[in-house]
Amino acid sequence: MSSIRILNLSKVYDDSTHAVKQINLNIDDGEFIVLVGPSGCGKSTLLRMIAGLETISDGELYIGDRLVNNLEPAERDIAMVFQNYALYPHMTVYKNMAYGLKNRGFSASEIEERVQKTAKMLEIEQFLTRKPKALSGGQRQRVAMGRALVREPAAFLLDEPLSNLDAKLRVQMRVEIKQLQKRLKTTSLYVTHDQLEAMTLGDRLVVLNQGQVEQVGAPLEVYNRPETLFVAGFIGSPSMNLIDIDHLDKSINAHALSSLPKGTDILGIRPDCLSSSQPNEPSIQLECNMTLFEPSGAESHLYMSLKDQQQILIMRVESLKQEFSEPYFKVYAKIKDIHPFNKLSGKRTD
Amino acid sequence: MVDNDRWGNLLAHCILIVGVALVVFPIYIAVIASTHTGSTFLSGTLPLLPGKEAWTNYTTVIFEGRSRAGTPPIAQMLWNSFIMAMAITIGKLSISLLSAFAIVYFQFRFRLFFFWIIFLTLMLPVEVRIVPTFQVVADLGMLNSFAGLSIPLIASATATFLFRQFFMTIPEEMLEAARVDGAGPLKFFKDILLPLSITNIAALFVIMFIYGWNQYLWPLLITTDPSYYTIVMGIQRMATGGDSEPLWHLVMATVVVAALPPVLVILFMQRLFVKGLTETEK
Amino acid sequence: MQTKKLTFRNAWLPYLLLAPQVIITAIFFLWPAGQALYQSLLRQDAFGFNTTFVGLDNFTRLFQDDLYVNALQVTLIFSVGTTLLSMSVALLLAVLVNRMLRSRDTYTTFLVWPYAIAPAIAGILWWFIFNPSIGILPYFLEMLGISWNHRSNGNQAMLLVIIAAAWKQISYNFLFFLAGLQSIPHSLIEAAAIDGANKFKRFWTIVFPLLSPITFFLMVVNVVYAMFDTFGVIHATTEGGPAQATNILVYKVYRDGFVSMNLGSSAAQSVILMAIVVLLTVLQFKYIERRVNY
Ligand SMILES: Nc1ncnc2c1ncn2[C@@H]1O[C@H](COP(=O)(O)OP(=O)(O)OP(=O)(O)O)[C@@H](O)[C@H]1O
Ligand SMILES: [Mg+2]
Repeated sequence: MSSIRILNLSKVYDDSTHAVKQINLNIDDGEFIVLVGPSGCGKSTLLRMIAGLETISDGELYIGDRLVNNLEPAERDIAMVFQNYALYPHMTVYKNMAYGLKNRGFSASEIEERVQKTAKMLEIEQFLTRKPKALSGGQRQRVAMGRALVREPAAFLLDEPLSNLDAKLRVQMRVEIKQLQKRLKTTSLYVTHDQLEAMTLGDRLVVLNQGQVEQVGAPLEVYNRPETLFVAGFIGSPSMNLIDIDHLDKSINAHALSSLPKGTDILGIRPDCLSSSQPNEPSIQLECNMTLFEPSGAESHLYMSLKDQQQILIMRVESLKQEFSEPYFKVYAKIKDIHPFNKLSGKRTD
Repeated sequence: MVDNDRWGNLLAHCILIVGVALVVFPIYIAVIASTHTGSTFLSGTLPLLPGKEAWTNYTTVIFEGRSRAGTPPIAQMLWNSFIMAMAITIGKLSISLLSAFAIVYFQFRFRLFFFWIIFLTLMLPVEVRIVPTFQVVADLGMLNSFAGLSIPLIASATATFLFRQFFMTIPEEMLEAARVDGAGPLKFFKDILLPLSITNIAALFVIMFIYGWNQYLWPLLITTDPSYYTIVMGIQRMATGGDSEPLWHLVMATVVVAALPPVLVILFMQRLFVKGLTETEK
Repeated sequence: MQTKKLTFRNAWLPYLLLAPQVIITAIFFLWPAGQALYQSLLRQDAFGFNTTFVGLDNFTRLFQDDLYVNALQVTLIFSVGTTLLSMSVALLLAVLVNRMLRSRDTYTTFLVWPYAIAPAIAGILWWFIFNPSIGILPYFLEMLGISWNHRSNGNQAMLLVIIAAAWKQISYNFLFFLAGLQSIPHSLIEAAAIDGANKFKRFWTIVFPLLSPITFFLMVVNVVYAMFDTFGVIHATTEGGPAQATNILVYKVYRDGFVSMNLGSSAAQSVILMAIVVLLTVLQFKYIERRVNY
């Protein structure tokens, strides 16, 4: 178990794609870090550089106190769980798990002990003699986890490990992974683009965009206080409404707007912070027209367009109300719920 | 189903049966001929039903040989053919696996250059450059040896390409997982790549064994010592060796024995053979 | 020509792995091929004492040599005949076998094994069947009023070797045609049937065009086979005769090099054959490219 220090890490591919740009990150011993970001932002590249599967173009990488830039993957004492599991198809589950230990010169009895212990922990003991082909997707996923766990490495690297599972299994495995990590306290780096996994799994969330870190922080911290427009739009589902200040009715909202920080020209409002009844505290007021009502059981979403504008807003509602069918109805957002941003710098203004 | 008319199917079966009969006919004739006495052939046309001399004829060819034509008993020739075919097959498979591994899993200088050198041999059969190749083998003192019989034939671009194609279809993550698990190149080759290639190896084994067993011109040229004769070339010496009409009953018994091993290999490994031929070849 | 994204880094191992293949290729292919090129420009006197450089003279002589021109013609007829005969029989059988559901594997088993027969043995078998005094076919042909003697009749000899060579190759063509037919989606044929095409129309307008890449591939393979792999057929039967009627190029290279010891001429013939092979390889490669790049 150890910390991971990432200093100015960069990756430029042979075709001069600049996939990772000068990333700095300190991961504490035992911490669970989740990497999120849109497709192609360099999540896998960063993870694979840490694993040693991709060369480091620039910068320094420390695992524990060791500079590992030029070490082979096997020498870095990490374990990896792949999206497609990458189990060896010709080996039994037992051999799959034992292979890494064998290559490291563990004795047969120690291998046996560790594999049995890990298999028990993951409840895959009854599959040990089967080959991967004879397992279900979920079972394969467990074996892939087992192959990583059995090594008791300094760090786990997981690249979208649950994305090949169906929705239900994904939830179940998510909880299990979290509990496992809590128990084993092994430093972990987890790549995902699933909002729920991002919010619930990690101690800290790292939001990547175009090869750069946008924000690092505890998941709720990032959710409650996105530092950039990008993070504001990316974290949260459905995503935050980002309203250009010019699209508001300046006269009605004059007072409310004057209380916003200087330089604010974009207002970020989460769908659950919009309401059709006027609150008795400072708020802004929008005139909208309903385009679609989307009930989905627990909560429902109302899609609406701002008066005289193309932009679609989303509001969380309990039920479809009479007033929504009127040509224009009013919705409100409290000033304290508004995330103020500057369009040009992309940053928060408060 | 679109085609389910009965007369059409009946006609198709008829044509197929005739086709199969034509394909099987020559070997049937050979089997029949090998069961008669030599004198049957002097009296005119060959009978179409088996005779009673099978045992005598086959034991004669296999264990006694025909000293008059200068050919050893064919037991020896069968053994030679087997050694040659196995040496060619195993040689081809090994060097092709190794070079495909190098080409796919390594980045090194002159990689393309080597690739093209191997590619050049893709279709150049030994028959084309027979005289100079013979000279090289003679200069190396490899005439009348198993090394001379097999080594010049084991360079195989085809097998290298097949393995290259197959390796490219193995997911990237297989290597990545193995590297994380601490496997170096040779361990990866032995523990992961070889076991994964086993069906392809088996399929190619069938094809290459047949190729090796059926070599004709090459053994004809480089063996003058009867103890290195192979069965396929030996038959030719029996059939056209002497001035007189050949002893057909014995020639045909030899033909049957010579054809048996590769035919058995095909029949027992039909699935693999068909896969090897049509899915991977070229 | 890609590698894997992740590759091993090792200074000498890849060279070591390639060494056996490359060394054997160099010694038994590149060196002899170079020798052939070199010798094709030389001429030895009858006793092998004097060697003189003659430039392209060996080549010009070849093309003025009636025997060589004859061998070219013979090879052409032989290759085209073998390819056509073998491919058409194989296609017919494959189309019929492909209709069958239950008996498909049985027929296939009966049709694949001639692949295992060596060309020389195929030659001897048909040589025996057509043997003018004891063969079974001349006996029947006699009844039809045809007198068969491939030892004196050049055309009959040619027919004999074509049949022997084509017979052995039927299995190979059959398997490829069958694989090709099985890869045609049945829905296409059903669609054509719904469009009102009858069976023959369906075959010629849907099935055959879809088979054309395989047909092209097989054509090249069969020509290569007929030109080079059939040495055994000729050598074990007609030995090029009667009167040069079946003297194909490969057989002539061998005779001139090993029997007549005419090294310069034989080397020049080797060079021409290599050129033909290279040409066919390029054709073949076009096909590989198409298959590999989809
Ligand atoms: N081997 C490579 N050569 C060149 N460019 C590459 C290579 N691998 C990845 N890239 C590029 O680097 C960028 C980052 O890729 P990466 O795989 O890290 O994205 P990702 O964040 O994991 O995306 P996803 O969520 O889709 O998995 C992309 O623009 C990609 O096209
Ligand atoms: Mg990725």
